[in-house]
Amino acid sequence: MALLEVKKLGISFGGLRAVDDFSVSIEKGDLYGLIGPNGAGKTTIFNLLTGVYKPTDGSITLDGVNITGKSTIEINKAGIARTFQNIRLFSKLSVLDNVKAGLTNKYRYSTATGIFRLPKYFRLEREMTERALELLRPFELDGDADVIAANLPYGKQRKLEIARALATDPKLLLLDEPAAGMNPKETAGLMNTILTVRDDFGVTVLLIEHDMALVSGICEKLSVLNFGQLLCEGPTGQVLNDPEVIKAYLGE
Amino acid sequence: MAFLDYLINGISLGSIYAVIALGYTLVYGIAKMLNFAHGDVIMVGGYVIFTMMSNVGLNSYVSVLIAMAACTVLGITIEKIAYKPLRQSTNLAVLITAIGVSYFLQNIALIIFGEKPVTFKSVIDLPKITLFDGQIVIKSEAIASIIVSVVIVVGLSLFVNKTKSGRAMLAVSEDKDAARLMGINVNRTISLTFAIGSGLAAIAGALLCSSYPVLSNTTGAMPGIKAFVAAVFGGIGSIPGAMVGGLLIGVIEILGRAYISPQLADAIVFAVLIIVLIVRPTGILGKKVNEKV
Repeated sequence: MALLEVKKLGISFGGLRAVDDFSVSIEKGDLYGLIGPNGAGKTTIFNLLTGVYKPTDGSITLDGVNITGKSTIEINKAGIARTFQNIRLFSKLSVLDNVKAGLTNKYRYSTATGIFRLPKYFRLEREMTERALELLRPFELDGDADVIAANLPYGKQRKLEIARALATDPKLLLLDEPAAGMNPKETAGLMNTILTVRDDFGVTVLLIEHDMALVSGICEKLSVLNFGQLLCEGPTGQVLNDPEVIKAYLGE
Repeated sequence: MAFLDYLINGISLGSIYAVIALGYTLVYGIAKMLNFAHGDVIMVGGYVIFTMMSNVGLNSYVSVLIAMAACTVLGITIEKIAYKPLRQSTNLAVLITAIGVSYFLQNIALIIFGEKPVTFKSVIDLPKITLFDGQIVIKSEAIASIIVSVVIVVGLSLFVNKTKSGRAMLAVSEDKDAARLMGINVNRTISLTFAIGSGLAAIAGALLCSSYPVLSNTTGAMPGIKAFVAAVFGGIGSIPGAMVGGLLIGVIEILGRAYISPQLADAIVFAVLIIVLIVRPTGILGKKVNEKV
């Protein structure tokens, strides 16, 4: 059974059909790419998958559980986390606190426990700090734990966003243009990071990307979206050589 | 010696303003709204304590605890009924609603307790401190106000910066959508903010009415506005800023009343606000906002 099964997904904003009849099946352990020209509806699909938008049609199943129309929090608990096209860290919080914010639901203690600083508070906060540092280590961010997120260099902010998303312990991680604004060297580093996420954390990855070096470098399978509809899908090499895909990107 | 006396009075009043200002600043910092009904929650807290002590005959500290519980419930209820439906509306709509809630609370109190002010019995029964052979007498209410406000500021800072719920509040204050996508329950976090702010309002009510023992349905209005000035003065959204702003406003008000003019004391407070806003729009401890071009 596929980890993520999307069937005939669609959403209309007024008269605009932003996504229409979109289906995809992602297996556990896949590194899957979603590509397409600007305005094709890629980010809209991420917003549908994470419950930011409610689909007008179709269904979304994660690991056998129907999550169609569920709230963002329920979907996050079910196991989908994401990063954003334009970085949206909690910029005034420290690197460590950003990741700890992502751990909120995994370590439960009451507000009263926090106010009165009961022994449970100290134990769980210590466990959270340890877990957060563990999540930061593969991204080489553990040394920057006390830095305010806004003061990190750009490439590290991208990595921190991934670490924060992983803190919610997802089965599926959605990366929205992770290489946006990166130079080729940073992109190469990012490709390793994404492979680490998949191989060491055991998280399935679905990413949106325009950077073809990254897409052809690490994605195993692709879906191409054009004008809100699925144009083509399959193994990366095959899809990128498809005449329809080349036409959508380059014109006639 | 008179100056020292005024200064202590000012710090004491300022401490009360600080506790009220914390409620404003907390709600503004996290929910990004000005809860102008905050001052009236103080008045409700005052009446709850008065009723519990005078009519039910309870111990003063138990009465304060009951008032805190009542105001916490009231704060959560106000947020749920009046503000939550407006989460997506303009700030102006929420502001006007808050003013509406303020009048609503004042008029409910008017119906229940009548227009005649009641005399509030101090909740603090500690001995006063006499210094310099009786030249300076510090009332126990003043000492209590100062100690309580310091404890609250320290406690609240630790809570917001060092606990899971506090971290969730900071995350929500920066980016509600991103917080939600990280599994943080935004509605519950905002409710918690109102609960804490309103619980503090009850404590402020106890301190205010103990120091100035006349309680009517408009008791909370003016201190509420001055505490709002204090919050803006210190830098709205900043917890230490609320403390600094509260103390300064209290001291300025009392010294202004003593040395310049009793009638102009309030005018001086607001004039100070105008000057601060011209010189430093983000307040004394407020963060400078850099507009990205």
